[in-house]
Amino acid sequence: MCGNEAMAESAIIAGCDAYFGYPITPQNEVTAYMARRMPQEGRVFLQCESELAAVNMVFGAAATGKRAMTSSSSPGISLMQEGISYLAGAELPSVIVNVMRGGPGLGNIAPSQGDYFQATRGGGHGDYRTITLGPSTVQEFADCMPLAFDLADFYRTPVMILADGILGQMMEPLVLDNPDNAIKRITGGKKTRYKLPVKDWALTGAKGRKQNIVRSLWLGEGVLEELNYKLQRKYYQIEQDEVICEQSDDLDSAEIIVVAYGIAARIVRSAVDAARQQGIKAGWIRPISLWPFPYGYISRAAQQLRVFLVVEMSLGQMLEDVKLAVAGSCPVVFYGRAGGGVPTVEQVLEHIKQLWTKQKK
Amino acid sequence: MKSVFKRTPTYKNVPTHYCPGCGHGIAHRLLAESIDELGVREKTIGIAPVGCSVLAYDYLDVDMVEVAHGRAPAVATGMKRTNPDKIVFSYQGDGDLAAIGTGEIIHAAHRGEQITVIFINNAIFGMTGGQMAPTTLLGQVTATTPDGRDEKFQGFPLTMCELLSVLPGAIYLERCSLHNPAEIRKAKKAVKHAFELQAAGEKGLAMVELLSPCPTGWRISPAESMKWIENEMMKVFPLGRFKG
Repeated sequence: MCGNEAMAESAIIAGCDAYFGYPITPQNEVTAYMARRMPQEGRVFLQCESELAAVNMVFGAAATGKRAMTSSSSPGISLMQEGISYLAGAELPSVIVNVMRGGPGLGNIAPSQGDYFQATRGGGHGDYRTITLGPSTVQEFADCMPLAFDLADFYRTPVMILADGILGQMMEPLVLDNPDNAIKRITGGKKTRYKLPVKDWALTGAKGRKQNIVRSLWLGEGVLEELNYKLQRKYYQIEQDEVICEQSDDLDSAEIIVVAYGIAARIVRSAVDAARQQGIKAGWIRPISLWPFPYGYISRAAQQLRVFLVVEMSLGQMLEDVKLAVAGSCPVVFYGRAGGGVPTVEQVLEHIKQLWTKQKK
Repeated sequence: MKSVFKRTPTYKNVPTHYCPGCGHGIAHRLLAESIDELGVREKTIGIAPVGCSVLAYDYLDVDMVEVAHGRAPAVATGMKRTNPDKIVFSYQGDGDLAAIGTGEIIHAAHRGEQITVIFINNAIFGMTGGQMAPTTLLGQVTATTPDGRDEKFQGFPLTMCELLSVLPGAIYLERCSLHNPAEIRKAKKAVKHAFELQAAGEKGLAMVELLSPCPTGWRISPAESMKWIENEMMKVFPLGRFKG
């Protein structure tokens, strides 16, 4: 099973009622898998006329209280930004998977991490955030889904999974079991399934109650500002409670800390292992939740003087969050590849070695 | 005493924000009456567009959502596919349905989505201040066609019923007008029929286009607006049933 299919099956296990999508490489396995599996489960699959339509179909299904998702790759996710802003404004739970490819523009179909800004800053208009999860294995890609649906329902917010072309295409052994275990695995045992609120706001027909209205338009003076503050309170709570991050065991003794997420983090891990075998005191930090970003983990690590190396498959996006966390107290250097380029273990190791030599001087 | 006229329950008893002579109030009432007569209020979900009628939920006492400009048929698709037992309708203006949302309405019709679409054609962008719509008549002066619409530069008025009538997935298409009581009665029948089809489980999209006055956008009086529909609009947008 490739990453895209594992993620799709996990979404079904997580209770996804409807999948709406438009073909785009490198995530076409998702649409094909869902086309076959969703009807088998008596659920909805629909190939849409565009990503604009796909995200709005998700909006419609979500407004009626259903668990709905879509998936795409970078250019398609750009088209969906209008809808994601509306999902955030109308506070509709929904899950969007981005299997990133090279950009800007049509770019190419090779793996990339170039959509970090778009995902973590709120790529659409208005003052909002999107919970963003960055898996680094096929197992994690799958385990993200029950967590994403629970987070979406718990906070009434869109959740994005930020994967990449490698993760979507690669095959690895994995366990697909119940959502409880999946959430435990991805959160390092910190969480299990969320206690979800009743969707009493959903549009189900005004039977025996007043009409429900799902909206993002607030015209009265100060009314939208109230909504903005409400959203900010929600985002603050998410920042407090939903950070997921992994770090190497030997971080305390590390003089060089490499920060990477997703597939880049696996390359970094191998490079750091190799560096330690050569006597270099290196460690790593791997954000799994990209928003909320694990500022605390990094700022704690920056309390003693060491060098931070950020490795990304972009030319420096998460780098800005690491710099914010370090807040000038340690040097932060960057190594990245772009346009579908993937850093090799040797290249990352070389950068670690150079930093080590400089430091020793 | 015998009651001969009363407010239909789904049409809320609230002051209107629409301009004098606007057709939205009439269209809302026809919708509300149809919903009440068919007894489907408790399973109806409505979609308000971007435009003056974005506040349709302030008048119609059913579950409603407001969506991005033009995307209503996609949202309706998401709702109806996951809730086949519900009655889903979208209420859209000509900017919403015939300009920015052309792709969504064509593909919803093309797939034969089981939804009801109420399409308000007033030949203008009302809310944004009277700009040209795809439905604006040739020669019609608007904020963005100061010398009148010229087909050489802005193309001809877009006729949506005719356009959609070639799609097998559209099962009912009718154009009516709201400019006098006789036509309003016909419009009521059409709106109700579009709901009946969905309630009966007929597979396909049902759309009623309503020629509707916008005196503010047209910069003429309400009385002149009714005449303008009859004398000018109906020449370009002939009334009648195009499908079903």
